[in-house]
Amino acid sequence: MSHVTSAVRTPLVTGGKTYADVTEDISRQVEGKPTREWTIAFTISVIVLLYGTACVFWTWWEGLGVWGLNKTVGWAWDITNFVWWVGIGHAGTLISAILLLFRQKWRTAVNRAAEAMTIFAVLCAASFILMHMGRPWLAYWALPLPNTFGSLWVNFKSPLVWDVFAISTYFTVSLVFWYMGLIPDLATIRDRARSKVSRYIYGAFAMGWNGSAKTWARYEYMSLILAGLSTPLVLSVHTIVSMDFATSVIPGWHTTIFPPYFVAGAIFSGFAMVQNLVLIIRVVFKLEDYITIEHIESMNKVITLTGSIVGVAYLTEFFIAWYSGVEFESYAFINRATGPYWWAYWAMMTCNVITPQLFWSRAIRRSIVWTFVLSVIVNIGMWFERFVIIVTSLHRDYLPSSWAMFHPTLFDISDYIFSFGFFFTLFLLFAKFLPVVNMAEVKTIIKSSSEKLPVSVSGVAKGERVANPTFNKDVE
Amino acid sequence: MSDVNGNGKFLVGIYDDDDVVLSAVKEVKGAGVRIQEVYSPFPIHGLDVALGHPRSRLGIAAFLFGLSGTLTALALTYYTEGFDWPMIVGGKDSYSPVIYVPIIFELTVLFCALGMVGTFLISNGMGPTVKPLMYDLRTTDNKFAMAIDLSKNNIGEGDIEQILRKSGAAEVNIKQF
Repeated sequence: MSHVTSAVRTPLVTGGKTYADVTEDISRQVEGKPTREWTIAFTISVIVLLYGTACVFWTWWEGLGVWGLNKTVGWAWDITNFVWWVGIGHAGTLISAILLLFRQKWRTAVNRAAEAMTIFAVLCAASFILMHMGRPWLAYWALPLPNTFGSLWVNFKSPLVWDVFAISTYFTVSLVFWYMGLIPDLATIRDRARSKVSRYIYGAFAMGWNGSAKTWARYEYMSLILAGLSTPLVLSVHTIVSMDFATSVIPGWHTTIFPPYFVAGAIFSGFAMVQNLVLIIRVVFKLEDYITIEHIESMNKVITLTGSIVGVAYLTEFFIAWYSGVEFESYAFINRATGPYWWAYWAMMTCNVITPQLFWSRAIRRSIVWTFVLSVIVNIGMWFERFVIIVTSLHRDYLPSSWAMFHPTLFDISDYIFSFGFFFTLFLLFAKFLPVVNMAEVKTIIKSSSEKLPVSVSGVAKGERVANPTFNKDVE
Repeated sequence: MSDVNGNGKFLVGIYDDDDVVLSAVKEVKGAGVRIQEVYSPFPIHGLDVALGHPRSRLGIAAFLFGLSGTLTALALTYYTEGFDWPMIVGGKDSYSPVIYVPIIFELTVLFCALGMVGTFLISNGMGPTVKPLMYDLRTTDNKFAMAIDLSKNNIGEGDIEQILRKSGAAEVNIKQF
């Protein structure tokens, strides 16, 4: 399917890269010795992970009483962190699946890192599910197992069971999608490897990839179907997570707006996290020619859109709470904004609704410092959003005598810190040992979307192959 | 499997550009040479058609695996909630497929994705212990290789080499497996 790319489009790959340059630039960090920055960052992550692991084990050893939960607020940081991480885990598959279907070429430079982020974020989210079970060795009880424990099956009508299916499917399919995308690049590294060990290891993971026309044709077909499957899957995951709340009868949770509102919020926070990671990667690994300001601006546009959807959702919730005439619902929302947790509500409003609107300015959208800072702010805001939804709805029980406040303990905080150690340890291992940019896919867009050289991209002068000055035929 | 029957002598034309190799395929085929396979570092659209490869049937496999997921989910939910131990939760029917849509959807996607990827690996003869026959190691970097099995062609080696060079090959190598 060939289509034409207008010459007025700004290039996605700068510096006049050839195919060999792409391989060289991206394989470099995999093949070389770890840099000092990487070693320092990795050491810090592992220390944080070890501290966090100790705290998580203490939580399990001692019981969930070490958290600040009480009879009224039975879910707090655990589920807040879970929803936060699952939300972050939405950008990767969105970028690789939905943007593939929409033929957004800029996705090729960031999809690999974003998918890795997705997988690790979902693992972090799953760790909070295990933590909040208190008895993680019984986690398999959530699966529909034959009746060895009595006559009951899991309750298939419960969104918590839907979540088990949704998140495990999402994790598996994202992992497979990511790994399939890695295979051609692993083969590249295998064929460049100088040491026997790395040729063997990368060779085993490359599964004997040979890059034949037949394999590529099947591969592309498979990617398209996987993208088609993943697109509704991404949307289903946070929809089902939102149903954990929406199908209950707690004021502030029992609303039909939750699924689209949660999905938009998930994409919003996921893209913000991708921005943070990608902004660091491009500098540390010197990939500024592949991950350009164009990519950053495109992602900022997604952040602006989804942030605005989230803002509209907040206002709609408020309006419906009043319009419904349900006193409990109205109280829940007035209490969010003016009650004892007003600061969390306004932190959420500021970080998610107000500050992302700065991205309407082109200069801010294209500024690396602004992007980094605003993305951090978005994720702070999105954490508060889940905190507000969960804790403020719970802390005012139906009986005023049961009203309570939630105070985090050292273990609430440390178990959250654990997830950062876990996430960054995994992400840094990925960044060192696997190519952070999809080389094969970037090579496919080089002719249509890179800064042109007077010779063809392979470096061989071949006059008739040089792009037409106005339109480049894109063989896609 | 395209290249596993690789024992014999091959002429390997190395090309520098994807557009060149695509037009070369037509040219070489037009000259009456049978091409074994073309290897490239990234997908080239239209190459499989030019080579005359049949359309992949992965979509059929994907559909069947997806369908088996749907049926598994229907059977699982029906057996447990409709037959083995019916439960009334929240005053809803014990068995109604509507409430199991999330389960049905997720299992459909899961079976479809895993089944299709498995089919993909098997149909390509791929696996962790598989050693690929690489006609040229640079084809996973920046070169494009056209492999021609000399035993399957009646045209002489020298003539084929001429045809390859004329079609734009930068090098023509002999590869023996």
